Amino acid sequence: MTPARLYLLQRATALILAPLVLVHLGLILVAVEGGLTAAEILGRTRGSVGWGAFYGLFVVAAAIHAPIGLRNVIHEHTAWRGRSLGVAMAMLGLLLAGLGARAVIAVVAAP
Amino acid sequence: MIRPQHNYPGFWAFVAHRVSGVALALFLPLHFLALGLALESDAALDRFLAVADNPVFRVAEWGLVTLLTIHLGAGLRVMALEFLPWRDGRKGLIGLGAIAAVVVGTIFLLRIG
Repeated sequence: MTPARLYLLQRATALILAPLVLVHLGLILVAVEGGLTAAEILGRTRGSVGWGAFYGLFVVAAAIHAPIGLRNVIHEHTAWRGRSLGVAMAMLGLLLAGLGARAVIAVVAAP
Repeated sequence: MIRPQHNYPGFWAFVAHRVSGVALALFLPLHFLALGLALESDAALDRFLAVADNPVFRVAEWGLVTLLTIHLGAGLRVMALEFLPWRDGRKGLIGLGAIAAVVVGTIFLLRIG
């Protein structure tokens, strides 16, 4: 992928992530009082189409945003570049998307 | 010769954005794996949450919440610089982001008790 495309994808996902992170931070501050329990977390998320869509979008955007950001950092601070770096970061994106989708299914899908 | 301006607030905002981004990217797979325990059973997730209920984890969680706020603030600053009309008071954005991170981190610590 060209650097221009990566740049646009990074900014587009940042625009998506910003409001999601704000909601996530707000929810963390509300939910953390008195400690976390599985019943409390899953009671909110299980069977919820809204939270499923929220976290699904969150995972997709983060799985694109994080590898592009790491690629920039590695590119600018180390000698690693070229195709192998692109392939490694694409694999990281797939790993994050896979683990993230698994986590969303775990907390949203009914047992 | 162009010398790096390491004592300029914008440089530290850049460093904070980078360091918080790398830390969050490394944390993300662990976060997903922990939540994935609910696939096994509710009890498996509860066992993990019980293990995490100690001062070391709480400090780590406080750090992550603070880093997420820092990354959000620094990221919004980058987009404001790139997409909004250039105007004075840009350093104020850095201060605003830093204050937001301290406030969110403090509220987290107060609520987790």
